[in-house]
Amino acid sequence: MDFRLGPKSDAFRAEVRAFLDEHLDEETIERAHRTGTNHDKEFHRAIGRQGWLAATWPAEYGGQERDPFEMTALRDELRLAGAPTDGMGLSVIVCQTIRRVATEEQKADFLPRALAGEICMSLGYSEPDSGSDVASIKTTATRDGDEWVINGQKMFTTLAHVADYVFLLARTNHDVPKHKGLTMFLVPLDSPGIEIHPVHTVGGERTNATFYTDVRISDHHRIGEVDRGWDVMTIALTFERGGFGLSEADRVWEQVVEWAKETRRPDGTRVIDDPYVRERLATMRTNNEVARLLAYRTSFVAATGGLPGVEGSMHKLFYAESMTADAAELVDMLGAEGVLQRGEDGAPVYGWVEHLFRHAAVTTIYGGTSEMQRSIIAERGLGLPRSGR
Amino acid sequence: MDLNITDEQYEIVSAVRSFLSDRCPADVVRASEPDGFDPDLYSSFCEMAGPTIGVPEKLGGGGASLLDLELVCEQIGGFLAPIPFIEGAVACRALASSGDPGSQLLDELIAEPATAATIALCPAVDGTAKLVPYGPVARLVIAMDAGELVVVDGHSPGVSRANLGSSSLADRSLRHPGRTVLATGETARATYGLALDEWRTLMSGALVGLGEAALAIGVEYAKNRVQFGSPIGSFQSIARDLADAATLVDGARLLAREAAWAQSDDEGQFAPLASMAFLFATRAARRASNVALHVHGGYGFTLEYDIQLYYRRAQAWPLRLGDPRRGAADLADALFGPVEAR
Repeated sequence: MDFRLGPKSDAFRAEVRAFLDEHLDEETIERAHRTGTNHDKEFHRAIGRQGWLAATWPAEYGGQERDPFEMTALRDELRLAGAPTDGMGLSVIVCQTIRRVATEEQKADFLPRALAGEICMSLGYSEPDSGSDVASIKTTATRDGDEWVINGQKMFTTLAHVADYVFLLARTNHDVPKHKGLTMFLVPLDSPGIEIHPVHTVGGERTNATFYTDVRISDHHRIGEVDRGWDVMTIALTFERGGFGLSEADRVWEQVVEWAKETRRPDGTRVIDDPYVRERLATMRTNNEVARLLAYRTSFVAATGGLPGVEGSMHKLFYAESMTADAAELVDMLGAEGVLQRGEDGAPVYGWVEHLFRHAAVTTIYGGTSEMQRSIIAERGLGLPRSGR
Repeated sequence: MDLNITDEQYEIVSAVRSFLSDRCPADVVRASEPDGFDPDLYSSFCEMAGPTIGVPEKLGGGGASLLDLELVCEQIGGFLAPIPFIEGAVACRALASSGDPGSQLLDELIAEPATAATIALCPAVDGTAKLVPYGPVARLVIAMDAGELVVVDGHSPGVSRANLGSSSLADRSLRHPGRTVLATGETARATYGLALDEWRTLMSGALVGLGEAALAIGVEYAKNRVQFGSPIGSFQSIARDLADAATLVDGARLLAREAAWAQSDDEGQFAPLASMAFLFATRAARRASNVALHVHGGYGFTLEYDIQLYYRRAQAWPLRLGDPRRGAADLADALFGPVEAR
């Protein structure tokens, strides 16, 4: 066994750090935090110019053929730096899926621009009445000659207000079982008939509700076969889980430790010397280490040719749930002042703990809820009988 | 990165698993209660893999790494094997690292691997080591006594004490004619500290094995027990707890192996990783055995069903080293440095 990512990853990590020093300033991080839009066009383009949106891709696509451990190093560093990476994550999911299911003409049209960071993608699966049960969506796409007409509403269309396309799942057939009548489209967000309304989250992030009224798009924007959208989405979901190792929980833990070492209480004692503080930070560090190992295992399974389904679910479940529990402990640990928000005078750890508490709750839901992850682990991992849902 | 074990390690693990599966089924574990030691099982086990396998080859041992030992301990924990392998392996490595004063005893152990050796995990009080694991049966006891690292040779078997985990536990007097000082001062503290970290790591492995085995029992029961016309494993409240426990056990296994690996490959991180592994494996084993017991409904609290064997040991084994939350405080010392003097 060897628990190090390896010399290639270490070298790449150093490259990423140097890049971040040059291209990521405090103002960009602060703006993302303030607006809740975890995307920055300039930074996204810089990542694209660097070739890192296609870091794992084969050379024929202009990719760098980096392995999953190098990708882990890249994502670790982006998260540790607090870089705005939602656009990167969403675009990579869509591009990877396009690469596998789209026509050559579509690939030539969309991939070069997306991988260069010139355009950005968002996801349109969920609807007001369809969350985990995505196959029950009601948004329709109706064929009209060489065009499709889209009507309906999507929920949690994160980045729709700054992105160029939405990867949208729509019902194209009402006469077959619900999974079999869906088709995937890449809808230009500047099409007439689209309305974007902001939805603000408890974690401070901005997402959107998007409305589609007689939106006309050409058949060129259909990704994959008609009525096979479920399969397309299943491919896309495999790119949504896992992949990162260190997380915002590691970043905030480091900030708290540094702060606790240099901050003194009115009685002159250092915060870090309080036994309640020490025990909580030691426990959180342990949880973070486990989350990192579960993430690295996911990368390892992928790197050795496996499909990390259950492993990815275990990482997502543990990372999100332990971060939520630990964030609550950290807020408590800061006492009455723990509630003070970023920007307030005297907010401990510059308000990052209060923010982590709100943000963590979101992570237990998006990208597949903890409940869905547990079902996957129970049924596919432990072989328990399928539940009645 | 490579998270697979080597072919050689796989062979050791398979041999140990197949041996224990044959020789240490639950009725053997039960028959060893309340003493917590099976001498026949131990001598047979030592013919295959005695605790001296972890001693360097140049000293006549098997040259196994801490990771090799950890993998063996996962199996020992999984079968709840009542044998002093963990304490014995740690004691042998401590003797090996102590040079001349311990070399003759080490040679004797290598010649006769089934000689039980152990380590006292709590500091001695007035020359007596309290609740020494396998204290009732071990010939050799390694202990810290008034700032000295000592090995005591000789049967002064203490009386086994009835306890939650049906472990073999007894107080051992260290003021004994067979007392040899292995080290003093900083060297003694460092050697003993390393031994405790090795014990934490190997016990983490055993707890991972225990948790995994308890979980497997719970999962099997949930698949077969039918209530309201369905296997209870299809009920989400049951499946949910088992899924959480499985995640903890997987995390604990990765962390225990990482700690064991670090002992030889990332030395600076070994001490904190050993503490983290022990804390987390404790949590995982306790959660897994608790969930698995609960899944059994009323049968879970009958002595007839095996799950109680795991449940009691998951709580008891980590306590050999004292309050686990104290362990979190020790980890904090390793991570943040000592508390500032006022």
